[in-house]
Amino acid sequence: MASIFQRIGALSSSTTLDTKKFHLSSPRSLLERKVSFLVVRSDAAKINSGVNRIGGRAHHLVANAVATKADTSAESTASKSGHEILLYEALKEGLEEEMERDARVCVMGEDVGHYGGSYKVTKGLAPKFGDLRVLDTPIAENAFTGMGIGAAMMGLRPIIEGMNMGFLLLAFNQISNNCGMLHYTSGGQFKIPVVIRGPGGVGRQLGAEHSQRLESYFQSIPGIQMVACSTPYNAKGLMKAAIRSDNPVILFEHVLLYNLKETIPDEEYVLNLEEAEMVRPGQHVTILTYSRMRYHVMQAAKTLVNKGYDPEVIDIRSLKPFDLHTIGNSIKKTHRVLIVEECMRTGGIGASLTAAINENFQDYLDAPIVCLSSQDVPTPYAGTLEEWTVVQPPQIVAAVEQLCQ
Amino acid sequence: MASSCLTKSKNFIIYNLKSKSSFTDRISAFTNSLFHHRLLHTISPLPVRKHAAYSRVNRTDDSQRFFELAYVQRRLHSTVSVSSDVTQLPVESPSLQILDFPGGKVKFTKKLSFTSNSTEERVHCYRVLDDNGQLFTDVDSLEISKELAIKMYTNMVTLEVMDTVFYESQRQGRISFYATTTGEEAINIASAAALNDNDFVFPQYREPGVLLWRGFTLQEFANQLFGNKHEYGKGRQMPIHYGSRKLNYFTVASTVATQIPHAVGAAYSLKMEKQDSCVITYFGDGGTSTADFHAAMNFAAVLEVPVIFFCRNNGWAISTPVNEQFRSDGVVVKGKAYGVPSIRIDGNDALAIYNAVYEARKMAIKEQTPVLIEALTYRAGHHTTSDDSTRYRSVEEIERWRGDQNPVKRFRAWIEGRGWWNGVAESEYRSSIRKQVAQVIQVAERVEKPPVADMFNDVYDVPPTNLNEQEAFVQKTVKKHRQDYPSDVPL
Repeated sequence: MASIFQRIGALSSSTTLDTKKFHLSSPRSLLERKVSFLVVRSDAAKINSGVNRIGGRAHHLVANAVATKADTSAESTASKSGHEILLYEALKEGLEEEMERDARVCVMGEDVGHYGGSYKVTKGLAPKFGDLRVLDTPIAENAFTGMGIGAAMMGLRPIIEGMNMGFLLLAFNQISNNCGMLHYTSGGQFKIPVVIRGPGGVGRQLGAEHSQRLESYFQSIPGIQMVACSTPYNAKGLMKAAIRSDNPVILFEHVLLYNLKETIPDEEYVLNLEEAEMVRPGQHVTILTYSRMRYHVMQAAKTLVNKGYDPEVIDIRSLKPFDLHTIGNSIKKTHRVLIVEECMRTGGIGASLTAAINENFQDYLDAPIVCLSSQDVPTPYAGTLEEWTVVQPPQIVAAVEQLCQ
Repeated sequence: MASSCLTKSKNFIIYNLKSKSSFTDRISAFTNSLFHHRLLHTISPLPVRKHAAYSRVNRTDDSQRFFELAYVQRRLHSTVSVSSDVTQLPVESPSLQILDFPGGKVKFTKKLSFTSNSTEERVHCYRVLDDNGQLFTDVDSLEISKELAIKMYTNMVTLEVMDTVFYESQRQGRISFYATTTGEEAINIASAAALNDNDFVFPQYREPGVLLWRGFTLQEFANQLFGNKHEYGKGRQMPIHYGSRKLNYFTVASTVATQIPHAVGAAYSLKMEKQDSCVITYFGDGGTSTADFHAAMNFAAVLEVPVIFFCRNNGWAISTPVNEQFRSDGVVVKGKAYGVPSIRIDGNDALAIYNAVYEARKMAIKEQTPVLIEALTYRAGHHTTSDDSTRYRSVEEIERWRGDQNPVKRFRAWIEGRGWWNGVAESEYRSSIRKQVAQVIQVAERVEKPPVADMFNDVYDVPPTNLNEQEAFVQKTVKKHRQDYPSDVPL
């Protein structure tokens, strides 16, 4: 039903669009698949549609551009009641609910069983579901990723945990050549509904090898989907959506976000994997970000509002494919884009996003796209150096000021 | 000799004597159960005295009892050794004999010696038919029926003929690529014959015979080779990358040995769902060098899943001979390293293969264990049509293996010996198959290729926007420049 509203909105804005370049088909075409469960769109969708606008909420957000956690929870709670939860607990809740719902869902990874996972996302699941269903594996990422693929082809729905995303580089062959490909090369005979998840990103002095941003390496692989969660609300929703999806999905979590607290709804909800999240509507500039950088952006937004700017912040969430619909609508409004990412400059998500936006929305840009990323260096261990490899709020403020000149 | 015995291993004699006495057995068992690392560190090996005084230091109950018992043991030791040996042998403190490390008890030795890199004798190879196809007497073998034997033999012949004709068709430019299973027909057919249809197969790429056994038709093979619209892979993979969900045969991927962890995962799902079937995965000698093989073997052993690891050790990995692939005694010894029961069999002996796989399957399902089978054979053909193996091995060697050791010939000798087959049947069957294969090639060649739309389907369950765009772009381009695109590819 929301899809109809979306198309109306799309049509009205597409009259001036060069249809040769980009057919503004709604990403809701992805919903051709049968949706039998309740899919709650983020309020962003409701705001974007021409009808059913929760205008009051939007005005509130503009007035109070305070980048506290209360802000993010404002748009996420669909009901008055809810329960407070930490992000890693939200992931666990989503995981547990799916495991209860479908007996084919299982978890495999290093130390996920009785140890409960290195970040406690699977704590308590092994005693509850048994240690065959929550499987502790020996240290061989290629093998247990391969195992997950084999089990998925047989009908199970495994969740493969990389203790740290960086370790999944060892499983690259299985992920790229088999996970992404076998549905295609088998002519659709075998499907691979795996979820590959784990913590990644730059943490607090974890060293170069444990501070990898794997989204940039995986983004080319055809056949997989990538999503990045950033709040307890979207973490649970994306986890559930990823498990229910028949495609292989890579869910990127961030090491430093596991202890974020938020109130999430009591009732069941599943988010849309291909949708971006409107964090803060605005008029002057579109800031696209995801994962931990969202919080740096919101912090910068505080400063920017005080300086009189009105940034629109979108958490893109879906890293493959990009939600060009939400992004496009935002660009048509603001005409200026700033991308803030944690990936390295070369070949990161920002680089792809820049190319995609340039290709599709060239006519709507008043200024070249600015992309703030980490430098092309291995993450140093020293705390002070590490802090400066990632994009910091002052840099974001400066970039917006420059962009809006 | 007696004296050298005594001097060599005093430890041994004492331990031996100890084990003869049931009382000491019980004591040592009790002592061992109280053995903790902590305690061990707190006890230094006490010198043995005949009438040692019991320590009067105030300790906890446990350690007191421990000391007491350890002490009792020592006293018993000294008593025993004194009474039975001529010379006074210094008694070893029991704390040095066995230790309960993480992973289990280990016996110590004072000898500094390394295990050899190889055993004197290689692991023996199980076979039931001799070089001339005669069944040995007194052999561990199942009786197979005439019907089964004929089915096995005819399938082997079909595979052989199919390989020849398809190979030729590649040489004539009708298909782009092919890989034969020449020399490995017995492995293909006999292993498939010993399995049930609901056992899952994860192949490498030299096992089309398993599909053939299960009912994949010659036409279906040809369709895949030509990549036409009837083939199950929808024209997306290279020739010989067959796959059939219906026949429980997972699509071949070009990557070497990646199917081995998949097989373990599949076996894990069977174990989770408590199904009465197993998984089999095939790979070559070259595949055993990969990381995936080793990790998967280890996993299978730890998880205790019903999977048969079938290694076709055919002597060559493209141009790399086995002695440049590994230095172990083949692949069978690797099973022991991972705690997987293993066997080495004659891969050119159809009956041996049948027996081994049949038993392995029973074992895998009943005991929920992986099993490793190393089948020694020879890759009598080239690696693929892109290879000319005479560049790295002698023609004589190839001819020799195509001759007497040819698995089809050996099985034929046996089946003819039983009176179930003869020369007339042979020539009739071969010419019939040849005609059929030629026929299916002609038919497959003329079928349309899959449409362009199939290039974008199945990447995901539902095509996302960007793929729809890309497809629209391709469609438009092709329509605009129709003459530049192949005419037999529909849109």
